[in-house]
Amino acid sequence: MPRKALWLVLAVAGVAIGSWLGGCRSGTAPAAFKTGGADVDAVIQARGLTPDDVYAAVKTFMPTGQHDDYVMFASGGHSGQLLAIGVPSMRLLKVIGVFTPEPWQGWGYSDETRAVLAAGNPEGVELHWADTHHPALSETAGDYDGQFLFVNDKAHARVAVVDLRDFETKQIVNNPVSLSDHGGTFATPDTEWVIEGGQYAAPLGHAYASIDRYAEEYRGMVTLWKFDRAAGRLLPEESFAIELPPYWQDLCDVGRLASDGWLFCNSFNTEMATGGIELGNPPFEAGASQRDMDYLHIIDWRKAVELAAAGRTREVEGFDVLPLDVAAEEGVLYFLPEPKSPHGVDVTPNGEYLVISGKLDPHVTVFSFAKIRQAIADGTFSGRDDYGVPIVSFDAALESQIELGLGPLHTQFDGQGYAYTSLFLDSAVARWALGGSSAADNGDEPWTLVQKIPVHYNVGHIVAAEGDTVSPDGGYLVSLNKWSIDRFLTVGPLHPQNFQLIDISGTGDSMQLLYDMPIGIGEPHYVQMIEAAKLNAWEIYPEVGWNPLTQSRDLHAVMAGEERIERRGDTVEIWMSVVRSHFTPERIEVQEGDHVIWHLTNIESAKDATHGFAMPEYDINLSLEPGESTTIEFDVERSGVYSYYCSEFCSALHLEMVGYFLASPS
Amino acid sequence: MTLRQKLFGPRVPPTLREEHRARFLVPTLLLALAAVLLVTSIFQPYWRLTLLAPQYPGGLTVAAYLNRLEGDVREIDGLNHYIGMRPLGEAAELERSLSVFAVTAVALLVLASVFIHNRKAAWLTLPALLFPFIFLADMAYWLRDFGTNLDPTAALSSSVEPFVPPVLGTGHIGQFATWALPGPGLLLAVAASLAIIAGLWFHRRAYKPLVDALVGEGPESSA
Repeated sequence: MPRKALWLVLAVAGVAIGSWLGGCRSGTAPAAFKTGGADVDAVIQARGLTPDDVYAAVKTFMPTGQHDDYVMFASGGHSGQLLAIGVPSMRLLKVIGVFTPEPWQGWGYSDETRAVLAAGNPEGVELHWADTHHPALSETAGDYDGQFLFVNDKAHARVAVVDLRDFETKQIVNNPVSLSDHGGTFATPDTEWVIEGGQYAAPLGHAYASIDRYAEEYRGMVTLWKFDRAAGRLLPEESFAIELPPYWQDLCDVGRLASDGWLFCNSFNTEMATGGIELGNPPFEAGASQRDMDYLHIIDWRKAVELAAAGRTREVEGFDVLPLDVAAEEGVLYFLPEPKSPHGVDVTPNGEYLVISGKLDPHVTVFSFAKIRQAIADGTFSGRDDYGVPIVSFDAALESQIELGLGPLHTQFDGQGYAYTSLFLDSAVARWALGGSSAADNGDEPWTLVQKIPVHYNVGHIVAAEGDTVSPDGGYLVSLNKWSIDRFLTVGPLHPQNFQLIDISGTGDSMQLLYDMPIGIGEPHYVQMIEAAKLNAWEIYPEVGWNPLTQSRDLHAVMAGEERIERRGDTVEIWMSVVRSHFTPERIEVQEGDHVIWHLTNIESAKDATHGFAMPEYDINLSLEPGESTTIEFDVERSGVYSYYCSEFCSALHLEMVGYFLASPS
Repeated sequence: MTLRQKLFGPRVPPTLREEHRARFLVPTLLLALAAVLLVTSIFQPYWRLTLLAPQYPGGLTVAAYLNRLEGDVREIDGLNHYIGMRPLGEAAELERSLSVFAVTAVALLVLASVFIHNRKAAWLTLPALLFPFIFLADMAYWLRDFGTNLDPTAALSSSVEPFVPPVLGTGHIGQFATWALPGPGLLLAVAASLAIIAGLWFHRRAYKPLVDALVGEGPESSA
């Protein structure tokens, strides 16, 4: 064929294909879409929506079948659970059972899950609630890796580990050194250690001392829990605490990049006030707030790990503690004055600056880590405290101070060189521009306040997308407001709290409020927001017969055809398979006084083919996900005919999915 | 004509073969290709069924190989028990146990036909030629058997009547839309059949003159 003809044919073909493709695309949406349809305008009119409202709606609405960009893991506060919430839709995806039994998930109703909860109990006590505060996502090289989630229980000094492959809690540990905690959990950049700091000073362990001996006997602590990533467990035998003065440590942050290897915790009662309002003493709220400065604790955690490994510890309740004098002498612990009863310390993404949100001081105080290192190296100290800890000179470490407003509490960062600080008393969130080596090309002057956006109401912590990592994404910020007052329908005197989603994707004073989400389950204190693509949760368990606690094949897994009942004396052992829509076996005959061991395996492999298992009178409800295997054990206390049934709607014949447990009198 | 020539047809004189290499190579290659395609088809699914329903957004699939079923067989068996259909693994058990040997044997027959230079070659290729149809007929039989012999005591027997699932094309059962397509294996078998037809055509073009010449030589002629 002549050349020209060939080119002509190709050109025609190209045009044909191109117009077909173009036609396809334009079939989905018109080129210039405005809210110009008559129906949409009518709705806007009828509902009295402003253009900002419509923008917010369009930014957050999630059409059916589409998924959120980010997932927030919020503490569930007093519920003792964790909440998984999608952003930007602000929809609650799941409540994860952690410290408190959760029946829908069968959490705490099988022997294996009860054992996890029991491991967190202090001796002789069964706990039924937790004050969950600060979740921490596991990190690799300072960035979220979506593998594990840790959270603390302030009321009982416990730490839990959640495996993000199946969003289930695998371990709870109880801190033997302290009865309560606060400054946790925080992960080191490669999650070799999980940090848990104490708060209200007390004699370490379970010791007793009169409050008149406060300065001598009462202590604080920060605990470094060793994390074994392969096993997915904290290792108490390899963990240790650092003894600290009774200054009421508050929150911590772990250094990254420029400050990798260092841990920072603030404190707010260096006054060592001991209260006693009834005795005519200043109450704690006044006594702990007298001084203009408290102490930021600067801890060389790598050195602390070395000293602990070298055995420079003493034991408290069987747990290793690095003594305060060792920490002070060996360069593990330094203090830096910080205004004024601050609520935390936040390390900038590049690790070069520490931001102190002043709480009772209207400034954020920014320290340069490089200057701190220099001061330590040069010995630029302004003295030592009563416990011999060197105090770095405030002026030597200071980089900048910016007045933001009343009650600064917590600072987060985005990818545009901005910092965001919550202002509790002003009930606002302030955006300010970072400077120095963290300055970015956002058009705003470094170290200055850019915008304050009101929030409703009384914000505690905030979270920006991946805002605790070496590379925050920005775009979204959520304000965790303590009081909702008039934001929602009144549902009784106990009001929900309010998560407010704020658009921070623009520069300058462009922050805009997008969405209010009521939280009616507890007080979430802190949140971690991770890009959804980094999570790799399973849709079903990897193989049939899977034990979620060992994350491997269950020794007692029951495959189809292997169902049986074995009797040995007065022990009855049952192997039961569970599938749509029947249990096998459907009749179990036992006698009063028998001891029952019951293995159940969901032999499905279809997504969402979960079966429940409820047993009357025994307080049992299991949730068996596809492939899951579990075991329950109990004694037959009373004769009777018990109908066990599938408690999670599974199929058209769900009501017929039942069996009879026939306990004859002895 | 010798007995050998009667059975296997005339041999090609070397000089003729040298002169018209392509004439004698083409049918050989085509028939050999058919044999290769047939053997290759064993490793591919012959038939694919897709089931679509609201609660299965990703769909369910079954791929039927000559000797096994792959795909969401367990899930489909689970669903089928509600309408009283037997587990899919109970279908065509004899066929599936013999199929690999049978297809290999059929392919060997096709290869053998390369060496037969008379009409008998066509008979040797007949099983291979018919194989795709045999497969589809057998599949249709089993589909009808499974779809019409439903257990009347099954839970959904009032909602789903006995039916004949289509061998190819779309269908409907319960809340499922179904469509059945030939798989790469069946297409390879069809390609093999086409290669055989082409091969036989060239075979006749190459060897008929030689056979005629042979027949013209002696008083006895073979049909």
